[in-house]
Amino acid sequence: MSAFRTRADAEAVTRPPAPGRPGRVLRSVGRFWWNFLVGDTPELFVGVLAVLGALLGLRGDPAVQGGVLLGAVVALLAGSTWRGRARG
Amino acid sequence: MLEAPPGVGNGVAVSGTAAGLALAVFGASAVEMVEALTIVLAAAVARGTRSALEGAAAAIGVLAVLVAGLGLPVLAYVPLAAVRVVVGMLLLVLGMSWLRKAVLRAAGHRPQRDEDAVFSRTVGELGGATGDEVRPRARLRETLRAPRDAAGFAVAFKGVLLEGLEVVLIVVTLGTSSRDLGLAAAAAGAAALVVAAAGLLVARQLSGVPENALKLGVGVMLTSFGVFWLGEGTGVRWPGGDAALPVLVALFAGLVGLLVALLRPSAPARRAA
Repeated sequence: MSAFRTRADAEAVTRPPAPGRPGRVLRSVGRFWWNFLVGDTPELFVGVLAVLGALLGLRGDPAVQGGVLLGAVVALLAGSTWRGRARG
Repeated sequence: MLEAPPGVGNGVAVSGTAAGLALAVFGASAVEMVEALTIVLAAAVARGTRSALEGAAAAIGVLAVLVAGLGLPVLAYVPLAAVRVVVGMLLLVLGMSWLRKAVLRAAGHRPQRDEDAVFSRTVGELGGATGDEVRPRARLRETLRAPRDAAGFAVAFKGVLLEGLEVVLIVVTLGTSSRDLGLAAAAAGAAALVVAAAGLLVARQLSGVPENALKLGVGVMLTSFGVFWLGEGTGVRWPGGDAALPVLVALFAGLVGLLVALLRPSAPARRAA
């Protein structure tokens, strides 16, 4: 027989303590940045990081850098949009 | 020592970039402020105009402090190349995410944002009734004497703050990378005033605003600025300097048109028909 009358009582005991005010503010800030940068399109954030890596690796060849940057952004946008289309 | 941005001394190129900057910030701010207005109006209808206006004003104050607090130190202390790399990346993520959603909505793969539905839902959550009306022509003294309501203040404050945070990011990123934080802030302020004035005149949420078309346009500009500044920050020398920006805008506008045309035939409504 459970020591708890309801599921809510059990969860209240096992749940970690609520963070104090600074903790709540930090979590809100973290949640804002996560939603802003990642949200439901993590491929865009990861893709932009990969583009930056490629650009830094190609330093010294500005013409190739420009082409890679443009091509990668076009591919990223098109690919992410295609992935988001409604499927029947 | 901070290096001067490209195009300084080339009057045409600099004013073209400034015009593009002001347009991008104005458009992005207008889109976010329309969404914030819906929430403030819903709070005014459900819980009283005074608290809703006070909540909105408090949020705007916080946002103005954030712009100055983030933008001025970046302008003063952070090397320009580093600013451009970070700004470019942020603008790319934001611009592409706006474009993705706007393209899917334009092609019929996502429902359009419905300000009327957001308004009704918010009023309902606050315990009001959508048949109640905002009376902007009620005397100012009546409004100022009305009792305060904590829920109305909180909802209006949070709504304006959350929508405004993206505006702050756009103002700070575009303003610092162009070394024109004042112009960016002024453009955002102008957009907020225009939307607020329109909201007061019609006394209802601005559901007639072509929000998706605005998001498409602003998304194209933010993505173009993002590519431009990320390139500048990592050593790319764009042909024509600042004159490359309109070319990038045209390129991404063309891509958006192509994506909408390619996706439209497979939209759910068409398939059902």
